[in-house]
Amino acid sequence: MGAPPHTDRLSDGFFGSFGGRFVSETLMPALEELTSAYERSKSDTEFQAELADLLDHYVGRPTPIYRARRLGEEVDLDVWLKREDLCHTGAHKVNNTIGQVLLAKRLGKSRVIAETGAGQHGVASATACALMGLPCEVYMGAEDVARQAPNVQRMKLLGAQVHAVQSGSRTLKDAMNEALRDWVTNVRTTHYCVGSVAGPHPYPTLVRDFQSVIGREARAQMLTETGQLPAAVVACVGGGSNAMGIFHAFVPDETVRLFGVEAAGDGIDTEQHAAPLTAGTVGVLHGARSYVIQNDDGQIQEAHSISAGLDYPGVGPEHAWLHESGRVAYNAVTDEQALSALHQLCRTEGILAALETSHALAYLPAIRQALGPGQPVLVSLSGRGDKDLQTVLARIGDD
Amino acid sequence: MGRVAEAFAQAREEHRAALVIYLCAGDPDLAATEALLLAIDAAGADVIELGVPFSDPTADGGTIQRASERALASGTTLRGVLEAVGRVRAKISAPIVLFGYYNPILKYGEERLVQDAQAAGIDGFLVVDLPPEECPPLREPAVRAGLDYVPLVAPTSRDERISLAGKTATSFIYYVSFTGVTGSKALDTAAAAQRASEIRDAIEKPVALGFGIQTPEQVREAAAHADGVVVGSAIVRRIEDAGSVEAATASVSSLVSELASATRNAST
Repeated sequence: MGAPPHTDRLSDGFFGSFGGRFVSETLMPALEELTSAYERSKSDTEFQAELADLLDHYVGRPTPIYRARRLGEEVDLDVWLKREDLCHTGAHKVNNTIGQVLLAKRLGKSRVIAETGAGQHGVASATACALMGLPCEVYMGAEDVARQAPNVQRMKLLGAQVHAVQSGSRTLKDAMNEALRDWVTNVRTTHYCVGSVAGPHPYPTLVRDFQSVIGREARAQMLTETGQLPAAVVACVGGGSNAMGIFHAFVPDETVRLFGVEAAGDGIDTEQHAAPLTAGTVGVLHGARSYVIQNDDGQIQEAHSISAGLDYPGVGPEHAWLHESGRVAYNAVTDEQALSALHQLCRTEGILAALETSHALAYLPAIRQALGPGQPVLVSLSGRGDKDLQTVLARIGDD
Repeated sequence: MGRVAEAFAQAREEHRAALVIYLCAGDPDLAATEALLLAIDAAGADVIELGVPFSDPTADGGTIQRASERALASGTTLRGVLEAVGRVRAKISAPIVLFGYYNPILKYGEERLVQDAQAAGIDGFLVVDLPPEECPPLREPAVRAGLDYVPLVAPTSRDERISLAGKTATSFIYYVSFTGVTGSKALDTAAAAQRASEIRDAIEKPVALGFGIQTPEQVREAAAHADGVVVGSAIVRRIEDAGSVEAATASVSSLVSELASATRNAST
C-alpha cells in the first residue's frame, strides 16, 4: 500500500474532500486570524525556542520509547511503547495546549476556553493557562464530570472554572457545542483551545503539528534503538490527536503499516459505539467535513464508549482522508477488549494506561494476525489511567 | 424578482422595514407548525424563516435549542418539514426561507433538496454554518431553480467578507446583530441597526437585522435603519409557554401583529 500524495493544503484547510470551515460567519475572522498567526509562528524563532524550551523542561520531552518484553511475549510481537503517559499531566494533550496558549498570548487574547471529554485536555489546558497566567474555562459534559471526577478536581485546583454541560448526550460532543457558543459570544477576547485534530481549519492542522513531536521523536528513537523502522504503528482514535501526532512522521514511510483503533463500545453492530470511520458516514460536525455517526435524516447520534475521551460521534478530517486513501487502516475494539488490555498491561508491565490508550493495546492481537509473529510494533501510549480507576473498578465489581 | 426580494421591495415602497419571523418547524409537532405558519402569515409577517431542527445547533441559545429538541422528539425530519410546507403553501402569501444547519442538508443531498423544496413552495435557504466559501453545492442548484441563498454577515466581518457576502446574496443579507447565540439579551439595537444600514450601503442589497430582537420597541428602533428585522426566540418562547396549539397560535399571532405595526412606526 503506497503513501498518498502528501499535502497540507493549508490555504483552504482541506485534506482531500475533508476538513474546511463550516462555522457561523461570526467565527470566520477569528479562524483567519488564528491561521495567519499560526503560519507566522512557524518561522518565528523566538516562538519556536520558547515552545521547545517548555516541551523539554516543563512537559518532560522527549518521552522515552520502552520495549514491553513481557507484554510482547503474550501477544507474540516486539512491542515498543511511546510513553506519552510520562508527559507532565499524564497524557499527550499538553503538547498541544502549551503551543496553543503560547499562540493565544501572541494574539493578545485575555481568556482561554476548552472542551474536554476524559478531562485530560481540560487538565492540560488549565495547566498551560496556569503556567502562562491566563484565565481558563472548561466545558465538560455532565456525564463525564461524574465519571472523571479526579480530573475535575485537578482542573479546579489549577484555577480553571469547569462548566458541566447538561444538553444532549452530556458528553464530549455537547461540551464542544457549548464551547463554540461561548466562543461565538466572546470571540474578540477569547482563544478557543481545541483539544483534538477536529473542528474548523486551522485546528486539525495546527493540533496535528503541535502533536507531531510524538512521531518525530518515536521514529528517531526506533531507528536508534532497533536500527530499523517499526513494521507497524498503532494508536487509539477518538477525535484523533495522539494518532495524528504519532502517524504524521510515518505517513511517507511506505513500509510502515499504520493502524487507528476506534471505540466499538458494545460492538459496531449495535447502536452503542463511537466508531465513525468504521461504521459512520460522511457529514459535517463542529466545523469540518469528516465521518460522523448520524441517522438517515442527518441528525448526529450519541456515541458510546467506556472511555470518555473516545466518546465522540466525529473524527478529525485528516483521519477521514487517510482512511479514504487507505494509508491508515481503521478498526474498532469493544469496551470489554479495551478493559482486558488495560489489565494485561498492568499485569505484564506495571503500567496503568488510560482506557482510551487501552483500545490501541487491545488491537495488538489483530496486528499479530496481519503481520505475523515477532514484528516490531510501536504503540502510542497516549495517557495514564489513574483517572479511570473508578470506572475500571466498578466494571470488575471490586469497588 | 423572487418572492423574497419582492417582499423587501414592497416594504421599502411602504417606507417600512420587512418583518421576518422565525419559527422552528416541528415545535412541538408539524401539525402545530402548519397552524402557526398560517397565523404568522395572516398576522403580517413579510418573510417566514422556517427552522429545520438539528441535533447540534451551535449558533442557538437555550430557547431555540429546546425548540429543536422538542421538534426532534416529535419525529420531525427535513422531508417532513417540506411536506408540511407543501400542505399549507397555497394558503400563505409570505415567502418561506428554510433556515438551518448544513448536515441535514448534506445528508438529504443538495440537488435533491432544491428540487423537493421548490416543489413544496420554499423560496430560499439560509444555512448558519455554511459560509460563502463552502456554499456552492447548495447555492448553485438553488439559483438555477430560481430560489434564494441568504448569507450572513457578523459584527466581526471585515470589508472583504462583507463584499463576499454581498456577491453571494441573491435577495437579502442577514446581519447578525452581535457576537453571540440567538436569543441573547445584550443587544444595542440602535448601533446594530446603524451598522446594518452601512452594510446595505456597501453591498446595495437589503439587510435584515437579527439575533436578540424581542420586543416591538426594539423592532421600532431597528426599523429606523435596517431593511428588515428578524424576530425568532421571542416567537419560540410564546410557543413554549403556551399550554396548547390553539393558545400558541393566538399568542404568536398577537405578537406578530404588534411587531408588524412596529415596523410601520419606526422611531427615528
